[in-house]
Amino acid sequence: MTTTADRTTKTNRKYRVIGTRPIRHDGHDKVTGRAKYGADIQLAGLLFGAVLRSPHPHARIRSIDTSKAAALPGVKAVMTGKDLPEKATPPGNFMETLADPQVLTENVMARGKVLYKGHAVAAVAAVDRHVAEEALELIEVDYEVLPHVLDVREAMKPGAPILHEDLRTRTTAQMPGDTPDTDGPTNIASHVQFVQGDVAQGFKEADAIVERTFETKPVHQGYIELHNSTASWSTDGNLTIWKSTQGPFIVRHQVACILNLPPSQIKVVPMEIGGGFGGKINTYTDAVAAVLSKKTGHPVQVVMSRKDVFEGTGPTSATHMRAKIGATKDGRITAVEVNLTYAAGGFPGSPVGSGAGTCLAPYKVENLKIDGYDVVVNEPKSAAYRAPGSPQAAFAVEPVIDELADKLGMDPMEFRLKNATRTGDRQASGVPFPSIGCVEVEEAMINHPHYKAPLEGPNRGRGVALGYWGNAGMNSSATINVTPNGSITLVTGSVDIGGSRPALAMQAAEVLGLAAEDVHPSVGDTDSVGYTGVTGGSRTTFATGIAVIKAAEDVRDQMIKRAALVWETQPEDVEFKDGVFTSKKNPEDTLTFQKLASRLMGTGGPVTASASADPKQVGPSFSGMIVDVEVDPETGKVDILRATLFQDVGTAVHPSYVEGQMQGGAVQGIGWALNEEYFYGDNGVMANSSFLDYRMPTSLDLPMVEPVVIEVPNPGHPFGLRGVGESSIVSPMAAIANAISHAIGQRLTTLPMSPTVVREALVNGDK
Amino acid sequence: MTASSKATITLTVNHQAHRLEVEHPWTLLHVLRDLLDLTGTKRGCDRAECGACTVLLDGVPVYACQMLALQVGGRAVVTIEGLGDVQHLDPLQQAFLDNDGAQCGYCTPGFVLSAKALLDQNPDPTELEIRRALSGNLCRCNAYGRIIESVKAAAQLLSEAQPRP
Repeated sequence: MTTTADRTTKTNRKYRVIGTRPIRHDGHDKVTGRAKYGADIQLAGLLFGAVLRSPHPHARIRSIDTSKAAALPGVKAVMTGKDLPEKATPPGNFMETLADPQVLTENVMARGKVLYKGHAVAAVAAVDRHVAEEALELIEVDYEVLPHVLDVREAMKPGAPILHEDLRTRTTAQMPGDTPDTDGPTNIASHVQFVQGDVAQGFKEADAIVERTFETKPVHQGYIELHNSTASWSTDGNLTIWKSTQGPFIVRHQVACILNLPPSQIKVVPMEIGGGFGGKINTYTDAVAAVLSKKTGHPVQVVMSRKDVFEGTGPTSATHMRAKIGATKDGRITAVEVNLTYAAGGFPGSPVGSGAGTCLAPYKVENLKIDGYDVVVNEPKSAAYRAPGSPQAAFAVEPVIDELADKLGMDPMEFRLKNATRTGDRQASGVPFPSIGCVEVEEAMINHPHYKAPLEGPNRGRGVALGYWGNAGMNSSATINVTPNGSITLVTGSVDIGGSRPALAMQAAEVLGLAAEDVHPSVGDTDSVGYTGVTGGSRTTFATGIAVIKAAEDVRDQMIKRAALVWETQPEDVEFKDGVFTSKKNPEDTLTFQKLASRLMGTGGPVTASASADPKQVGPSFSGMIVDVEVDPETGKVDILRATLFQDVGTAVHPSYVEGQMQGGAVQGIGWALNEEYFYGDNGVMANSSFLDYRMPTSLDLPMVEPVVIEVPNPGHPFGLRGVGESSIVSPMAAIANAISHAIGQRLTTLPMSPTVVREALVNGDK
Repeated sequence: MTASSKATITLTVNHQAHRLEVEHPWTLLHVLRDLLDLTGTKRGCDRAECGACTVLLDGVPVYACQMLALQVGGRAVVTIEGLGDVQHLDPLQQAFLDNDGAQCGYCTPGFVLSAKALLDQNPDPTELEIRRALSGNLCRCNAYGRIIESVKAAAQLLSEAQPRP
């Protein structure tokens, strides 16, 4: 743990600013309560909205009577799905919608059918929150309750309740006969398949084969800040939305689709965001607040309750998975077969594709077959959660790898290293890996004192597992303005969810020879900065960083021209190094960046530069965990004794926030491994929609997770960055499962590995 | 809601006395955020589960979402806005800043106030005492490690400022 004392210590000798730990630019506002999050916005005449949600997991809406609610004193407007355009209309071809717009609009408010308990059916706006909530109770909805289905395997069976009559399986399967019959209605929204080599032949060559099935439950992103939207619809048709979101431009696009508006008519103002982890990308209440604002002529704020967040916003998918792996005596993997079935929730769109694409990433495998099924069930529409889809799939593959190593009598890390994937090897999709640090991560794990430390005592076990996330690129924009004292303002479209302001400012500072403190970073609204994709996919510091670097280089080049003008020479005769411009012809002519900045008005006016980035060489991130556990044989409770998380981050820009991402992801993974799950009753109702019953890690639960930063530079970024936010959540569940198996001598194959499950395994033995 | 469910209370918030007309169902959280515009106190669950709304009531940390406005008449509340002064951060705020004790920052005010209550009572806590004192506050970014370091650093800052005999 690094503290104030080594704030300026460089971890990276190549750079001046990259690798140091400046105080975050938004730090004062965050510790004094001044930082404004979405629900903190105060507007004159603000009304408060509340959303009525379905009590049934599956039902047809016969009618909705809102008259009594509308008549309640203090209620200003009521709306239902009929107040939204029936068809969502994308304003042009746009790849980064991240969700089918029609699905989004039907998820925002049900039309005809409710598909999960918690599905929005109506909303009101009132003078205060209490009146709004009271009015909800006066809305009468006549439901025709339909049979529901929660489990993916049940939902795939013939005769299962059908959620969408018009749904047919979309398939990318390469082998005929593998795809289920898709002539009639089905709950299987899609089937993805990756095949390489000859799997049957590969298993024939194997000396040992391990096959197991796995199950995981839905888990929620669990951000502490509630979803919020504040909308003001002006009489000229312009709509402003203030909100906490990971992607203001995504919200703008999705709301434009839902309300059939031109994007330029919508301004989304991103407020500070209190956690997202993928769950605050898609729109939920924005169009609702907008319509209520249009109806009332007032700005309207909708803030979800915690129960609404659990029941109405995306958890990540529950899964049913099977993995079969074969290897030779000398530890060479000969074949892998993986079958992944992910619950999408009420609408198609689980991350099964990413699960399928990433689950074998750490291994060079000649013969593989991976099938992934996206299945709709009567649960909330699943949403992205940190490395979406990858942690579940790793929980199927990594324990089988571990068991196979046991069976072969090999050290589990030695077995992994023997099969490790390298730069240029083919991924499951067939695309070769760009520059990767899989071997470097594995070697760091093997050489770390934790791996060699003795672990003694009964009921204790050590486990390892690997993780992988491909990271995203996508598009970003940035604008830099030079101010007269030589400090600069930096506006990007990337919401800062945990340290991206300093990480972006530092990249500008590195280019311009400035200190991080000379850069004033801010997050622009959708009118004030170029299109920028989500703060997600671990892309912000990488991709927005490239836009920042490009803008900074443009500023540098413009400043060089100004210096040339001052010295009456040519730009090529001006050198710029460490923040100082020097005339090559007359080295006594020097100007610091600050001095030159004060002379801009006399040399051609302000210097401003905007740039956009569309990076192609995204740097994937490998990771791994070593974990020691102790199992209480009486209660089945698992204690984490020691955990070390290894990750290739490319280049650590601000090591404190890199380590923070690694520890944060690791602890979320530990929560997922041991405690977190949605409990559904047979009635399809979530029984634990509160933080008391949905148990997330607290300060008492865990030791410090030690982060080990590995830097294998990504050639696709000027400073070598890879995304760092997500890879860390992928390995913990499998690592803990492996550790528990070494502690109790039995393989656990379901998540969470709660005391009940562990205790049952201890009593009943291995199934 | 009936019109008669109103009452007038006096409440000292951040050393300033207020006379407020409140309705019976209103919570202290609602009063702080919506009447007094003190939005540094965060709402996360309304059910005493997340700790984002932690404030000090007569020096004791409480969940503002669990106190009715009517219960706190005549008492003194300190919110995150009441720490430090115009020129200076409170040592705890300074320590959270210096030690990167926040990721998204949403839970930070609650953690700072829980830690403040601890250090006011126990200026030299052990790590376990810190963990216990903070166990009623959730941080989903899981910045617990740096939060705990921040509290230790604040204790250090305080002991340097006021050397004990």
